[in-house]
Amino acid sequence: MPILKSVFELEELRKKILSDKDRNIPCIAICGGTGCHNQGNQRLVQAFLNEVKIKKLQPRIHIRETGCQGFCEQGPMAVIFPQKICYVKVTVEDVPEIVAGVNNNKIIERLLYTNPSTGEKIIHEDDIPFYKNQTRFIGGDFNKIDPNSIEDYLATGGYSAFVKVLQMMTPEQVIGEVKKSNIRGRSGNGFAAGRKWEACLKAEAETKYIICNCHEGDPGAFVDRRMLEANPHGVIEGMLIGAFAMKATEGFIFVGDEFPLTVHNTETAIKQAEEFGLLGKNILGSELSFTVKVTIDGGNYVCGESTALTASMEGRVGEPIAKYDHATEHGLWAKPTDLNNLQTWANIPFILRKGADEYIKTGTERSKGTRSFSLSGAIRNTGIVEAPMGMPFRKIVYDIGGGPREGRKIKALQVGGPMGGFIPENQLDITVDFDELTKAGLTLGPGLIAIDDNACIVDMVKYFFAFLSNESCGKCTPCREGLRQMIKIMNRITEGKGKKADLELLEAIAKVQKSAALCALGKGASNTLLSALKNFREEFEAHIESKQCPAGVCKMPLPAAN
Amino acid sequence: MDIKRVDQIIEKYQGKDSALIQILLEIQNENHWLPKEALEKVSECLQVPLSKVMNTATFHKTFSLIPEGQHEIHICNGSSCHVRGAQRIIDTVVQATGTLPGETDENLRYSLKTTTCMGCCAAGPVMMVDGGYHNNMEPEKAEEIIKQSDKG
Repeated sequence: MPILKSVFELEELRKKILSDKDRNIPCIAICGGTGCHNQGNQRLVQAFLNEVKIKKLQPRIHIRETGCQGFCEQGPMAVIFPQKICYVKVTVEDVPEIVAGVNNNKIIERLLYTNPSTGEKIIHEDDIPFYKNQTRFIGGDFNKIDPNSIEDYLATGGYSAFVKVLQMMTPEQVIGEVKKSNIRGRSGNGFAAGRKWEACLKAEAETKYIICNCHEGDPGAFVDRRMLEANPHGVIEGMLIGAFAMKATEGFIFVGDEFPLTVHNTETAIKQAEEFGLLGKNILGSELSFTVKVTIDGGNYVCGESTALTASMEGRVGEPIAKYDHATEHGLWAKPTDLNNLQTWANIPFILRKGADEYIKTGTERSKGTRSFSLSGAIRNTGIVEAPMGMPFRKIVYDIGGGPREGRKIKALQVGGPMGGFIPENQLDITVDFDELTKAGLTLGPGLIAIDDNACIVDMVKYFFAFLSNESCGKCTPCREGLRQMIKIMNRITEGKGKKADLELLEAIAKVQKSAALCALGKGASNTLLSALKNFREEFEAHIESKQCPAGVCKMPLPAAN
Repeated sequence: MDIKRVDQIIEKYQGKDSALIQILLEIQNENHWLPKEALEKVSECLQVPLSKVMNTATFHKTFSLIPEGQHEIHICNGSSCHVRGAQRIIDTVVQATGTLPGETDENLRYSLKTTTCMGCCAAGPVMMVDGGYHNNMEPEKAEEIIKQSDKG
């Protein structure tokens, strides 16, 4: 591919890709996200390719391996375009029948999704309640794109937001649009991205960096890596727009080492973008020069914290330091640096393409757009969910998530990861909104974990403490020692040796930790405990007073015979 | 590990000390652990004190300073798998292999690691043995898989 030298050449290429693509030619899109990979989807894709070859249907039926299509519970899925017929839990044995069905325009009833509440079969993907109740600004295109194909991304209008910015806007105008969209940091803290960008633009330096944080070390959160893995070009386009707006010269995507597929797809996409001249020097003949590199993390939760992340990227040990300077002035290698969460970057092309006015139509007064979550735990429909801001969590759990598993009851929803907290079932009407969650003492993290009556809240708190203690860098005492002591107390409680005063002691330690710990990890370490004590105090008391674990999880000693 | 290979990796990163973690990651990926000679070589070539290299190698969870066992077992203990009973799987595997999480047994047969979310929550609890996924684990099933792995 010769390097594209102008916007005109890019648009010509897009026209060519679109005219080569006959929209009426059926295409079988098979889910290839990490979740389906472990269900053996590679054999499945190969089986489809072989079948089409053997039956000599090659130019008449396309096969596409996509990124995560979201509905992990029913994976691997195969969606037949253009009608969007959706087959679930597809196995290698089903392949000949599906291919023959596509060729003869026949629907295979037994592979369709069955609505568990009505028993009816649903043909089209968009009619499945799991998808129907979502608003998919970002995830809607994932089944139209092979992550390893820049052509697929261009065919869905990819890089058109960047073109618009390059041709018609000044950096100030781009930042104005981002500010107007009021997009808030998707890491969970909700800091306005536009303000960060503005500060970075104002900082004077020849070299400026931008970073995409796709570290996602939360146990049970897997949405960011899936989004990057499904459409890496979308993130690269977001970063290109950011580079233009902030006059940044280099970009980095920081990814955890446990996600080999994500790293592979991202590196492939960067290479393609370089080959097409969308990354490198004088992009599309403009004055903008920008490169993107993938940096892999050594596998520590704390490295997702901004100062630890910076240290880790510089090759130092990933320990956080106290924040005296803004990273937008003094960040990576002491240069002005803008750090945004992966989901923030993924939203940028959408905002610029549709315009901020369109974007702010979705959401609440102070939280706009959509928020993507990974929904997992004791729930029927595990998967990736994109919900509009303002949607009640009850709707996510019951309408999208399908509610609890057979015969069980949802007890709580855990949000915000190990530094988050619990929303008890009777408070699920709280909505997806940064401020509303803050008011409830929670953060809008990316992972939602449903907890049913089979799980013990006390055990969950102990679990998060063990995780955090293991991940704490050990630098400051309140975090290191506080967690260690709290684990000792929690162990005592879950072994039936708890004392009445233990709960007050736990609260006292939590209070010290909150005010004296160095970084966000230490300050937030006791959040789950405080939230559990607020909402499920009776479970703690049952462990302490009657030496019983109501859920039967903790190994309590048998009552002594009199 | 061939020390020449370590040289090649260092060269790839042009001997920049900022690439310390990336270099150690590559050695770890190829060799599955970090031998002393490799660490010394890295320290020498990057002109970073060995104490600093050790600091990094012991701080980040990916790195191992002991040889890995013949079979690598990963058990997911992310919140979702935990809610679905991952701890029972871990307890069973600890019993069956005689090694604790993060360790290798003395006969170098098994290395056991727990991870926090492999990203396939729909199939939890998940266990990975020598790169192969096993879904919807139950203690009896896990024990059987461990037994089978040692036969094969």
